[in-house]
This record gives sequence, structure tokens and C-alpha cells, in this order.
Amino acid sequence: MKYLDEYRDGALARRIAAEIASISTRPWVLMEICGGQTHTIMRYGIDELLARNVELVHGPGCPVCVTPLETIDKAVALALRPGVILVSYGDMLRVPGSQLDLFRAKAQGADVRIAYSPTEAIKIAHANPDRQVVFLAIGFETTAPANAMAAWDAKRQGLTNFSMLVSHVLVPPAIRSLLSSPHNRIQGFIAPGHVCTIVGYEEYEEISREFRMPMVVGGFEPVDLLEAILMLVRQLEASKACVENQYVRAVSRAGNRVAQRVVNEVFEVADQKWRGIGGIPASGLRFRSEYAAFDANLIFDLAPIATEEPAECISAQVLQGLRKPTDCSAFTTRCTPETPLGAPMVSAEGACAAYYHYRRHNLVALEESK
Amino acid sequence: MCLAIPGKVLEINELQGLRAGKVQFAAITRAVRLDLVPEAVVGDYVLVHVGFAISCIDEQEARRTYEILREMGVWEGELPPAEEPPPEHSAP
Amino acid sequence: MSGKSIIDMVCPVPFTTSNTVLLGHGSGGKLSNDLVRDVFLPAFGNPELAQLNDQAVVRVGQSRIAITTDSFVIRPLFFRGGDIGSLAVHGTVNDLAVGGALPLFLTAAFIIEEGLPMDVLRRVAQSMQQAAKAAGVRIVAGDTKVVERGKGDGIFINTTGIGLVPEDLNLSADRAQPGDVILLSGSIGEHGIAILAEREGLEFESALQSDSAPLHELCAAILSASTSVRCMRDLTRGGLSSAMNEIAAQSNVGIELNETAIPVRDEVRGACEMLGLDPLYVANEGKLIAIVPPDVAHSVLRAMRANPRGENAQIVGRVTGSLPGLVTMKTPLGTSRIVDMLAGDQLPRIC
Repeated sequence: MKYLDEYRDGALARRIAAEIASISTRPWVLMEICGGQTHTIMRYGIDELLARNVELVHGPGCPVCVTPLETIDKAVALALRPGVILVSYGDMLRVPGSQLDLFRAKAQGADVRIAYSPTEAIKIAHANPDRQVVFLAIGFETTAPANAMAAWDAKRQGLTNFSMLVSHVLVPPAIRSLLSSPHNRIQGFIAPGHVCTIVGYEEYEEISREFRMPMVVGGFEPVDLLEAILMLVRQLEASKACVENQYVRAVSRAGNRVAQRVVNEVFEVADQKWRGIGGIPASGLRFRSEYAAFDANLIFDLAPIATEEPAECISAQVLQGLRKPTDCSAFTTRCTPETPLGAPMVSAEGACAAYYHYRRHNLVALEESK
Repeated sequence: MCLAIPGKVLEINELQGLRAGKVQFAAITRAVRLDLVPEAVVGDYVLVHVGFAISCIDEQEARRTYEILREMGVWEGELPPAEEPPPEHSAP
Repeated sequence: MSGKSIIDMVCPVPFTTSNTVLLGHGSGGKLSNDLVRDVFLPAFGNPELAQLNDQAVVRVGQSRIAITTDSFVIRPLFFRGGDIGSLAVHGTVNDLAVGGALPLFLTAAFIIEEGLPMDVLRRVAQSMQQAAKAAGVRIVAGDTKVVERGKGDGIFINTTGIGLVPEDLNLSADRAQPGDVILLSGSIGEHGIAILAEREGLEFESALQSDSAPLHELCAAILSASTSVRCMRDLTRGGLSSAMNEIAAQSNVGIELNETAIPVRDEVRGACEMLGLDPLYVANEGKLIAIVPPDVAHSVLRAMRANPRGENAQIVGRVTGSLPGLVTMKTPLGTSRIVDMLAGDQLPRIC
């Protein structure tokens, strides 16, 4: 596939890794923000390739993992109501709520359907005029324009049986929160490539200046990530701190203005709770008042839900890059993808799940060598 | 966090004010909304996320990735051939 | 951290075991295996079942008979490349064939939803007959039940198959040994993606057909090429990954796959990239793996490629003594990662 295969070239990837090793005078600690990037790193073993020179710490860029527990519970509660069709992206189906996840709700008779695109939810609403269709609209800035378009379509088409349960998160406030922590060890960031196709990287330049932090906007294939890491290490070795763009084929500094306008028309910035981290001011999106008719939070009478995460789960520290999944006493024993204790084990993009699926054998080998 | 893949725009149509088209990924094609990339034309490559094109892929910039690597001394190969422009008649 | 023990704390995240049956229990992965281990083995426990092969080989008088059973619940009933009927026949014939059996007879039991058009039923029956004829088997017994509208998905089919196994043949998933070579008969993921293309919410256009096909002749060709084949397994739900994980577990060996050696058609790649699926976990209905000692690997490969169902056969990995029970894969970058057993169905992702 064009623009994909070329960036999976094994020989080129190894050469970039060798170059990184040859220019590093000391080990560096870098964070990749995006869950999709974590997935590539784990799947292709990029962390293993760079083990001696770069420590890759995985950030909270997994909207599935950080969707608040309350939102899952609300989605489950709505799904279980007769007359409601709950439509969701596939990733969300196994995220555990306080009692159930959407998959188990389906087993109990809820009408839960998977959609690849929010346009499918609109189609379902048209096809089922006597039912209430609720779309669980989650994501980072990358998904916000598509989710916004769904609301825009619904408004234009005069749909009266369609609403969205919105849980959107924004990356820059999360980065600021991480970098403001006294425990921060991150020395450079791989900025999320697809988020930046939408929003550009001007805001990242502000963060880079404020915290003297090197940042490179990176893509999602092995060559992209290795190139971004190489660019970061070159900055660090030269004591530079600025924003560079590795993902030039898809990202421009200004981003996609049309997409930004669509988001601004439908949503506004709001405070947001991040599962495993807590509340971060101005880090989320909610519907503007003009779109109140599509806000599931307002349409449905949903009882407030109090939630508590298990004490053993260290996801807060994993999501902030302070500890690795392998540091956790419950990892692979009490906490597995089938029985997750916390958010990062839930989604395939979560750091704990990625470690479990792709790296468990390193633990096994460690055990065997004891 | 954002699974978006590159595909080639095969056709574009405007239905009831909605800009949409057919995009090809390897040997499959899918209907994709093009509202967010008004500048895209047939033959362009776009990045598609949840059924929406979110960006056009710039061929020149894509080649620049290789140039950067070449400058760093990491890559000495030949650039992949530029794609042939689409034929005059409509795509199948 | 509080002093609470894991039992005391109010865990917001559900249970370690499910007390209801979930869709995931039917997807051929970890949950399915749990169901067998936790419910059926304790209830039925006997040495033949405990081998957990695709078929059971039992002795009746002087003969060794292979028996297998399978149920088919697919939606849509008719798809490009087949239908629930041909699927049922091929699936059962293959379960017998990979055990080294000559497939002979099938039974077919139908659970039909009230209101199913008679025409649909006729088409399914005809399709089964055609598939049976091509596979050299006869459908000799059957049953029909009808359930109320809304209580069935159009039609469910259960088939049981019987075949004869030669005296000296012993193929079993617990026979793989370190050093053995793993052969794959062709490209993976076609059935799953062909079905997915027709499902609501995920539609896309492709020319892809299900690879549903009878493999009895391919199996015969493999067994003719070598008498030391350890085991064969047809890939179904759960994909290549499930078959590899099950064999690794049952033989207590490690398996190392080579990612670049595994053939994947463009259509499957495109769909998997778009939906965020891994082809290793996508369903197949006309592919098998064979595990053979290294000295016969190339002659078996040649025999596979000479057969129409094995034209694209490849050596895709080997059995090792390290990390028993675990399946790993060498990536195009030369690094290694685990190919885990999936819990339930693979879900499309946006992340």
C-alpha cells in the first residue's frame, strides 16, 4: 500500500536505529503521546531496537483508556434502556465500567452496535425512526471533526432521534500537566501525528518554548517513529529545544483549517476528567448550546454516578510515564486484558495491554533465568 | 489514538450538500466523506480516519522524508517512482 | 496505597469469570477454550476429548474411525464464495481430513427459524449436496427443528462427520517437537474479511471471496509426501493465531513465526489496515497448517504447491524448545513480539 509499505522497510528502520545509537552520548527518555504510536513501537519492537540509547515512555494518548468511568457507566445505562440503540466505535466495547461493559450489556439484551464511522450512526437513526440512537463519541482532536460532522449532519437533516454522548480529550493540556509534575522525567516528546493533521503544531511550539522541551511531530509507521526519534536525539545532543515535523506528508503547521472550523462550530472547550489521571482543566470538549438538542447528557435523565478505581492499579503513574506496566504487582497476574484492573490494560492501545500482548515473553524469559 | 490510513480518491460526488467519494485502500474501496478536504481531487491520496478524509497526502513532502534521511546519511537508495497521472477516462 | 487486600476492595471492574455466556465464548479464542475447559471437559471428561483435536479418533472393532461435529451460525447466510450450507460441509470434511481421515459420511441437523423462505432452504440444501459431492461424502442422516420467529438467525446447521483413519497414522496437536517446521497452505484472512464486507456498519467493496473449500485432497497429498507429519489443523475462527497457540499449548512447545513469510492478499491487507485488524486473527475456511519434521519440510511443501488448494503454500515458522506455550513472531525489523491468543472477537478500532 502506497504511503504505508515504504515506511515499514525493515532495513531502513534498522539503519535509522543504528544512526541513533551512533550519535547518542547518553541515554535519553522520550515519550510518545499517541496510543497508535505505542502500538507500532510494541508491535515492531522499536523499543528493543533502541534499548540502550532511548527509553521510550508511553503517554496517555489513548482516548479509550482515559474515557472517564462515569461515561462508560452512562453509556451502559443508556444501552440497557428499552428503545435505545447505542452505537459505538469498536474499541469501546470492552472497556469496563463500574459493573458492566458494553459487550456484557449486549449479552443482557442491550442493542449495542459497532460503527467504523459516525455516519453509520446517522444511517441507523434514519433506519429506526421509532428508536433513540445514542452515539458514544470519544476521541482526541483527530476524531473530533468527524464526530462534529455527525452532529452537523443530524442538525441539517432534522433528526429528532439522534444524540451523542461526548467524551473528547485534548492533548496539549495533558502534556502541560505531565511536564508540570515534579516527577517528570521526559526529555523529549513525539507529538501525535494524526492529531496534528487537524490542529497543526503551533500550540506545541508554545509548550516547547515554555518548558524548553524538544518535540517532533511523528507519524505511525516504524520508519516514521524512528526518524522522529532520530530528530529528537539530534536536538537533545545539540541542546536544542524546538518543534520539528517528521510527518511532513500529512501535517502542516497550521493544520486542517476546515476541520478546525467544523469542530469550533459544534464543540467548545470544557474541563474534563481523565480516567487514571483525574481532572485537567480545559482539556475536553462539550457541545455548544446550539447543539444541545443532540447532547445525550441533557436529553436523558441520567443519575449521577460515583466511581472508584482499584487501589492496586497504578495506571495513573503508567499514563504519566512514571512507571512501566512491568513495575506493577498485578501485571499479568490479577490484571490481564480479560480481567483489567485499570484503563491502560483495557484498550489494545493502552501501555499495559501493549506490553501484555507483545512483550510478556521478556518477563517469562526473566522468570526462567532466575 | 488515531488510526488513519492513506487511500487514493477514485471518484468524488456531492449529494445533498455532502461531499463524499470512493477511496481505494490496496484492493478494497470504501465510501469516504470528503467534507474536510475540499481541495482533494480524483487521483489524490488522502488520510482517512473513521470514514472521513482528514488530510491530503503531499507527494512532494513524502519524498522529503527520504531526502531528510539521505542528508542524515541514513539512506542511499532510489526514491520510489512518482505515480503515473490517472488516465483520461474514468476509473473502474 | 491502602491496606486493602484484593478481595476486600470494591473493584469497579468486572469479574474474573463471567456467569453468563458471552458472544466472545463463540469466537474460537481464549474465551472459547475457557468454556471447553471449565464446563465441557469436567462434564464429559474422557481421554479422546481431552486431546482437544479437531476430531476424535476412536477404535471400533478393527477400524479406526474419526468423528467430528460442528455448528454453523453465520450471518449473512449467503456470501461471496459460499453459503452456510457449503461452509458446513467443507468445515466438517476438513476437520476429518486434517486428522488423517478419509471423509465418508455426514449428518446434517437444521434448526430453522419460523418464516424462513422455503426457497432459501432449498438453496442451502442444494449447496450442501454440491459441496458433499465434490468432497466425496454422502449426507446420510439428518434432523429438522423449527423455532419461533425471532428465536433463531434464519437457520443454524449442525453437521457431524465420520471418516476412516489408517492404522498407522497418528496426527495430533500434542505431537509437535522443537525443530519441526510449520507450513501454511495459502493466504490468510479471506473468509473473515469477505464476511465483514457485507456487515452493517463496516461496508466496503472488494472482489474478495470467502476461501471456503474442501481440503481432503490437499491433506491426502501431504500424507502421501511424508509418513512423519506430526499434525495438521484447518484454520477457522480465531485465525492462524488460535491454531498456533493451541498447538503450542497442547505440545508444550514454543512457536516462532516469520511475519514476512505469511501470505496476505491485498484485499485483506487493505481491509485490516482500515479497520485496525490483525490478519493473524481473522477467520479462514479453506486453509490449513501442517507441522512436519525438518527433513521432510521441502518435499511436503512441494506436494502442497502441486495441489490447487496449496498453490501458495509457504514455510511460515518453526517449533522451538524455548518459551513453551508461547507463540512469537519475527517482525520485518528483525525484532520479536508475542502473537497472543485473543480473548474474544477482534473488534475494529479507531485508535
